[in-house]
Amino acid sequence: MSRDTADFELDPYVPECIQQLRAEHRQAMALSRRGFIKISGVTGGGLVLGLSLAGCGSDGQGAGEPSLGNALEENPFVQVRPDNTVVIYSKNPDVGQGVKTAMPMIVAEELDVDWSQVVVEQADIDESRYGLQIAGGSTSIPSNWMTLRQAGASARSMLISAAALELAVEVGELSTDAGYVVHEVTSRRIAYGELVEQASGLPVPDAGSLVLKDRSEWKLLGRRITGVDNEKIVTGQPLYGIDQRLPDMVYATLVKAPTIGARPVSANLDHVKSLPGIVDAFIVEGAGNPIEFGLDTAALLPGVAIVANSTWSAFKAKDELDVVWDESNAASDSWSEAVAEATRLGAEEGAESLNETGDIDAAFANARTSPEGFYTYQFASHADLEPQNCTAWFKGDSIEIWAPTQTPTMAVPAVAGLLGLAVDQVTLHQLRGGGGFGRRLANDSVCEVAWIARELGVPVKAQWSREDDMGFDYYRPGGFHSFKAAISDEGKLTAWQDHFISFGRNGSPISAANLTGREFPVNALGNARITQTLLPTGMPSGPWRAPGSNALAFAIQCFLNECSVAAGRDHLDFLLELFEDVSIPQGGGFGGFGGAGLNPERAAAVTRLAAEEAGWGRQMPTGRGLGMAFYFSHQGHFAEVAEVSVDDDRRLTVHQVTVAGDIGPIVNMSGAENQVQGSVVDALSTLMGLEITFEGGRVEQRNFDRYPILRMSQAPAVDVHFIQSDNSPTGVGEPAFPPAAPAICNAIYAATGHRVRTMPLTREGYSI
Amino acid sequence: MLELNINGQTVEIGDDVDPSTPLLWVLRDTLGLVGTKYGCGIGQCSACMVHVNGVPLQSCQLPVENAVGQQLTTIEGLAEDGQLTAVQQAWIEEDVAQCGYCQAGQIMRATALLESKPSPNDAEIDAAMSANICRCGTYNRIRRAVHNASQRLAASGGLNSGGDV
Repeated sequence: MSRDTADFELDPYVPECIQQLRAEHRQAMALSRRGFIKISGVTGGGLVLGLSLAGCGSDGQGAGEPSLGNALEENPFVQVRPDNTVVIYSKNPDVGQGVKTAMPMIVAEELDVDWSQVVVEQADIDESRYGLQIAGGSTSIPSNWMTLRQAGASARSMLISAAALELAVEVGELSTDAGYVVHEVTSRRIAYGELVEQASGLPVPDAGSLVLKDRSEWKLLGRRITGVDNEKIVTGQPLYGIDQRLPDMVYATLVKAPTIGARPVSANLDHVKSLPGIVDAFIVEGAGNPIEFGLDTAALLPGVAIVANSTWSAFKAKDELDVVWDESNAASDSWSEAVAEATRLGAEEGAESLNETGDIDAAFANARTSPEGFYTYQFASHADLEPQNCTAWFKGDSIEIWAPTQTPTMAVPAVAGLLGLAVDQVTLHQLRGGGGFGRRLANDSVCEVAWIARELGVPVKAQWSREDDMGFDYYRPGGFHSFKAAISDEGKLTAWQDHFISFGRNGSPISAANLTGREFPVNALGNARITQTLLPTGMPSGPWRAPGSNALAFAIQCFLNECSVAAGRDHLDFLLELFEDVSIPQGGGFGGFGGAGLNPERAAAVTRLAAEEAGWGRQMPTGRGLGMAFYFSHQGHFAEVAEVSVDDDRRLTVHQVTVAGDIGPIVNMSGAENQVQGSVVDALSTLMGLEITFEGGRVEQRNFDRYPILRMSQAPAVDVHFIQSDNSPTGVGEPAFPPAAPAICNAIYAATGHRVRTMPLTREGYSI
Repeated sequence: MLELNINGQTVEIGDDVDPSTPLLWVLRDTLGLVGTKYGCGIGQCSACMVHVNGVPLQSCQLPVENAVGQQLTTIEGLAEDGQLTAVQQAWIEEDVAQCGYCQAGQIMRATALLESKPSPNDAEIDAAMSANICRCGTYNRIRRAVHNASQRLAASGGLNSGGDV
């Protein structure tokens, strides 16, 4: 169990502001030492346990953690009702990653109830009661794993104690089975619901005394459980942010500058206000620095708000709106010029060193061959299918918000700061998000509606059009890698050189555009030279599913394949040999898996499994090939093998992608497999044809007609295999994404002998 | 005043609604039928798919004045008396959804496909369903769910058998 309580590191490419999530884990661990408390007065009654946030700091662990206040009676975590229903409160947002199902499963397993008894409810958003409530960084499961298990185990223990009193037997004679306490000797069974009154009078056991189930005893975890919101989804019931409706609600849209960073000077507001269905129109000055991605900043774009009696009236009025924009401080970026400049710089060394180890010049001097490759990847939009939106009602001294955000905990103080309210004057209701992928980590749309709502005094939904959503995003930043490697006479990789050309402001990479310089295979080699040059930019960027890794894997794992080809080696053998040389970072074990750290054994195991399941090494017909890639991110080890064919016109067919992953034991097999399949499709979509380009600071793609999300006929079959190790479970929203693109590109090379080094592949003349 | 027939009921649309308004926004904002989703507004993603006289159409491309006199069906109108259709049941059983935002449109498209082709093969499913974007990439499962629904229908005697599957 020691590995369960170890701290964990976040992926190094998760932007600094999300590293706060690590603190959440620490807090959860501190809480777990204090355990749970009974609470009363909750609708439905029965046995209700809440997280004990009381006593924070008393053991020296809780400095800076939330104070108790009077909210204690309202933070239910798990509730066993007299009617045998078990209500489990899901604390984090669900934007499609499935935690609203997976997290309650963990409670239900330890409580030992039948899943059909369980009702899942979205918990309120309140940091003082639930701690951080966030969907990001694939952290929901590892951060909450132990707390959720202990919540279920505590309630189960109390129900057993109540049954012991009821039956006048020893606790040790009792067991549980699917919502019943069982006395085997006398074949007596008592439903949990009949015990809740008695149990509520008993003390909550100390967390340290709880005996948690061994993995071999699991009945629910690892099974395929369908999503708790499925019925609402398939019948079209209100569920998402965009579905929120309130009496007398009006509809707003904020018209944003076509050039990133421009500000409105004036507009023909009187004319717009005279149009049918228009309620109001006004200039929004904006706040903070919305170009810079931030989780908890009170920031929103300037623009012109149009308020109407319907979304369509607001959208249509844009056609009549004339705005004079001040572009004096606007972005002037040109993607085509950035590509040209980076290509020129690629022949040189970088402006600054990120990492220099060993004697790289000697390694190159002694090399049998020194492959080189210049890789390019594009900016990309999150393109959540539900465009950004939020609903708010400003009531003078308070505001109520309905948001599909990924970071509700950060949204509350951001709005409070923006409007000059106290945090407890901001109420936020969490709604399901129609996709997240990192876009909804930023609360610019929440701040936007809060600002507009303050002007109106009636409920308002602020809706972004698709064009707004794609035209202003915290984009996945593009970048360039100029690689050179040394291959020894023995066919071993002996040196790795990378001049990383990225985008920056004020001397630092923009959000998610950084490189550690210790990325695999550097951590397996004695000689490396990693340098960096930053191209100045005015573009916004931010975390996008598997930040950093989503692009680095493409460049690094494709160039690694160039190395194995240059060495005349089988790529599987080449990778396995490299894993053996990986230096494990200080701290080792589970806790050391941040940074460039990966577990060589787990890496080798998934790579072998993917190869085996895909039939690696089999003869392929002309024009058809297998490609392999491995990547470690978000604590997940994933290897993938793609099987592709390419015709003479460079038309690509991806027949199958075989995935092997190790994220510890699987919580919900259905959800985990779905995330992996979706990650591969998303990765092929991004590899194939998605790109955001810009000229003069203006984004050139504004809708799906120029941003071709992969369609069903283009999608590969995705065959998923998990190695269920005994490590604590980790998240799966992100780590299956990075290896897919390089596996496909390496397969294209195997099929054709053509090395693709530019993403999207449409730039290399490919279609799908 | 426009009169629409939606999910078997006649509803009146007030004069405050511009007759050129896309049906999508009348459904969502005027009538509160929010199951039909806005994704792109240009007929590219099909999140807004409804049936017009049984034919799947993108409601963001249909001015409400042109919907008058047509039999309109939305995702809310598929299940009768709380009895989910074979397609809806298959979508739950295969656990298709991730974020789920596109799935109403996918289900409307799949329902229409199975009306015309009760036992579609993979290529026929791909051809029909490729008009619908799923940003989460649930295509493997959508295909399985269409096959699943097809088998449910075969076992129960067709889409119009009362949905008792």
